[in-house]
Amino acid sequence: MAAMEAMEMSDVIKTSDLDKAFRDEVLTEPGAEKLILCFNCTGCTAGCPMAEHEPKYNIRQLLRMANLGMRDELLNHPYLWNCTTCYKCQERCPQGVPNVDILLKIRTIAVHDGIMLDNHRKVAQLMAKTGHAVPINDDSKEKRKALGLNELPETVHNYPDALEEVHKIVAATKFDKLTEDKS
Amino acid sequence: MSELSFFLGCIAPNRYPGIEKATKIVMEELGVHLLELKGASCCPAPGVFRSFDKLTWLALASRNVVLSEEMGMDLLTVCNGCFGSLVDANNLLKEDPDLKKEVNDVLSEIGREFKGTIRVRHIMEYLYDEVGTEKVKESVKYPVDLKVAVHYGCHLIKPSKERHLGSIENPTFFDELVEATGAESVMYKDKNACCGAGGGVRTSALETALKLARAKLENAKAAGVDCIVDACPFCHLQMDVGQTEIAKKFGDVFDMPIVHYSQLLGLGMGYTPQELGIDMNYAKNDEFIAKIEKIAGGGK
Repeated sequence: MAAMEAMEMSDVIKTSDLDKAFRDEVLTEPGAEKLILCFNCTGCTAGCPMAEHEPKYNIRQLLRMANLGMRDELLNHPYLWNCTTCYKCQERCPQGVPNVDILLKIRTIAVHDGIMLDNHRKVAQLMAKTGHAVPINDDSKEKRKALGLNELPETVHNYPDALEEVHKIVAATKFDKLTEDKS
Repeated sequence: MSELSFFLGCIAPNRYPGIEKATKIVMEELGVHLLELKGASCCPAPGVFRSFDKLTWLALASRNVVLSEEMGMDLLTVCNGCFGSLVDANNLLKEDPDLKKEVNDVLSEIGREFKGTIRVRHIMEYLYDEVGTEKVKESVKYPVDLKVAVHYGCHLIKPSKERHLGSIENPTFFDELVEATGAESVMYKDKNACCGAGGGVRTSALETALKLARAKLENAKAAGVDCIVDACPFCHLQMDVGQTEIAKKFGDVFDMPIVHYSQLLGLGMGYTPQELGIDMNYAKNDEFIAKIEKIAGGGK
């Protein structure tokens, strides 16, 4: 079920397929232990702005899968990266489950497992290299000059030593290796 | 005069420099001197970089905070995303000594240390809490006669833990600051809905992200507003550049001007749309520019 579509009600979950270690890893995220308090009221999904436009995106189901330990299905889930992190569900949860924090933890496990979308890999590499997820371009340099601002902002763009600090940090955390192109 | 470091982030300086300039202008007029936070990097973006690796996200965010700590002053951002990363990282490290140690081990590689001595501020909550709507109102010499749709965005108010900005379901502080400029904040459907850009969605699933932006633009348009006012360059880009993308993908045309709050306030202080870079949006609207040119009466 590696590249499955969103689950159907008729799908059978076998307990032998469940990965308790994965669930335990998800629950190491601070506050995530509240996940076991979820009683499936569906308030999270009901108010979700993404679900309104993309009905197959179902945050309640994703977190339920985490709680059950459905590791592979979840890490490869086609809608894992649909959350905009608006935090509405987290604010509204009557049980105080930090839905978004937990979802981000699941994504982190996916990325560390080598599962990363191409465009995310590109933006990660861009940030690690330039210090900006959205670096300057020629059009914006012209706009800056027209406004009477310096061509380059007073960020890492104008301070090579500062950019070197960013490079040292991403090397120290191995972020550069984590997000490099897969061979 | 109060002093704050000015954290630029990515999209304001590198795509919408008018927001950077307008912020410097209006804060100076209000008696808040902004100092450049030299050598700051990407915040980095909360939904997407935190998703990839939490320690990297925390280390880079805390480096930005440390630069301001070393200047001995609080940090100001004009972006909800940057606010989300920097305020959350700052709070997490202040609360958790183990996490702080882990991050400081990384920062020791560059000879820096997170101490937890400053606050991270967003322009909207700073104006509301520290400057006050009355003082903002007094600074407006040319009332901005516009009907606007206020877009709070998400990370300005959520997660609400430690943000202390009142109701997240029906917030009012942004509307009050908009009305202080003389503009009318018009109620519109799903006012508090997300623009759709965050969490890496715009990067990885553009068409899906645009569906949320399209709903936002449709609802604002139906309310008959002159423009949408935001306080986040990423929402700004999503709703501005997004209009061209939406026209291409879905065939819907909105001609909806997008204005950052700093630019709206600058208009009320007498600056021209050109001085504030409002005319530099990617979606052009000459009719709107002509209308707001009349507000300032020639500029400063």
